Amino acid sequence: MTDQPAVRLSGYLRKDGRKGIRNLVVVAYLVECAHHVAREITAAFRHQPVHLVGFPGCYPNEYADKVMRQLLTHPNVGAVLLVSLGCESFNKQGLEELVHASGRPVHTLTIQETGGTRATIAQGEEWVRQALEAIADAPRVPMGVEELVIGTVCGGSDGTSGITANPAVGRAFDALIERGATCIFEETGELVGCEPHMQQRAATPELGREIVRCVAKAARYYSVLGHGSFAPGNADGGLTTQEEKSLGAYAKSGASVIQGILKPGDLAPTGGLYLLDVVPDGEVRFGFPNISDNAEIVELISCGAHLTLFTTGRGSVVGSAISPVIKVCANPDTYDKLPDDMDVNAGRILRAQASLDAVGDEIFDLALRVARGEPSKSEGLGHQEFILTYKSFTEKGPACLPTKTPIPLQPA
Amino acid sequence: MQAGPEVSGQEGVDRRVLLLRPHDNCLIACAPIAAGTRLMLDGGAITVAQDVALGHKIARKALRAGDKVLRCDAVIGSLTRDVAPGEHLHLHNLQSDYLPTYTLADGGRFVDGSPSAKDSA
Repeated sequence: MTDQPAVRLSGYLRKDGRKGIRNLVVVAYLVECAHHVAREITAAFRHQPVHLVGFPGCYPNEYADKVMRQLLTHPNVGAVLLVSLGCESFNKQGLEELVHASGRPVHTLTIQETGGTRATIAQGEEWVRQALEAIADAPRVPMGVEELVIGTVCGGSDGTSGITANPAVGRAFDALIERGATCIFEETGELVGCEPHMQQRAATPELGREIVRCVAKAARYYSVLGHGSFAPGNADGGLTTQEEKSLGAYAKSGASVIQGILKPGDLAPTGGLYLLDVVPDGEVRFGFPNISDNAEIVELISCGAHLTLFTTGRGSVVGSAISPVIKVCANPDTYDKLPDDMDVNAGRILRAQASLDAVGDEIFDLALRVARGEPSKSEGLGHQEFILTYKSFTEKGPACLPTKTPIPLQPA
Repeated sequence: MQAGPEVSGQEGVDRRVLLLRPHDNCLIACAPIAAGTRLMLDGGAITVAQDVALGHKIARKALRAGDKVLRCDAVIGSLTRDVAPGEHLHLHNLQSDYLPTYTLADGGRFVDGSPSAKDSA
């Protein structure tokens, strides 16, 4: 990878200056009651770039509103169809205005005013067909690695995750950050015990203290819920303590300086490494912070992630709507069982067939190929999982971000 | 300080185990290793004391009760008893400095599996 000093990509230029590596029509339902209609609309475009997202709740939620606004103006998105039942409380008018102001074709269909299920599906399909034509010729412009935003998440971890796939992703993160990219890691509940080390890697002492607070908040939240992240299966796999398990998850972050803390829907103001705080603020409410891996992937995408590096030992098969997911398999036996679902076999490290550096290089190269348009395994198989539920956050403290003016949520 | 494992001290170390950092006092099994297996390390050979499964830890040298176990240069807990080179490091001799480690007892109940809980029981 290092023999290419200036890797050039190309991206779809959006009005806010960000560039997408995909050009999708997104159909978004604004309450579960509109889910079926929205799904039927997307089903007519099964092998075309049309993705389904949505929020199931009938009651308003600031977090869900913010995340949905960021997702529908994400650089990978070219056009948006909103599907509303009609009596839910999601601010669909504000959402449509925001997407319109971002320069994207947008339309809202309200089932109660459009003649019901059949008529709404028919009108939706017609609108999506026209939108696909309208965005088909979207110009691609040169894009640098420094314009990429890449997230990482782990799921289905075992004793091999922390010694193969996670540190290999850390190597890829370091290489991407060296070239100016923005990289985001998360799972503060699985970083208990790593906070003294993370504090040392923080860009400023104030940020270091915020990181320690952030992990303490996660530890408290999970203890109220009565569940730490250490599961009995982890001990079978050779992990003895919470801090040892955390260390494995933490290895995904590599060795770069930590520039700031993001909350879901925040855009990083600079390149470099960021910690995404996914655990809600305040009293414990609405249940588990993230009910499964896709909730975290959606939050990474809401922070602008163009793609996600997903490490797995036991063998998760998921992908995501909006941004491709690359699977890095930690366990060589799991890779042998699920080769069609795994992009990278980091388990070769355990069989002495590859070094950590070599697998890190492979992940880096694959991330750039996927950024150029090559489908990842899960993307090619049609995986487009999506989860968005209720949460509550307060504003970040001033020490959480570097001082460069943040990218505004609303386009100028 | 690197966060990710780095096998930079691996020269001269048996490939059936990983030495993640030069100063670590534990080794990670890359495959199941049978009791009695001799492993060549840069400072000499050690004999694995018990059967050790993939991903589990082995003491690299003699350690005392109270010593911190270092993995990837990071402390992962404290020893509750003296340990000889080649011994399996796990719930029976290593405990968290943070939280008890819960495991599934017979019958599927969550129990505190850390050595101090067993000693006081």
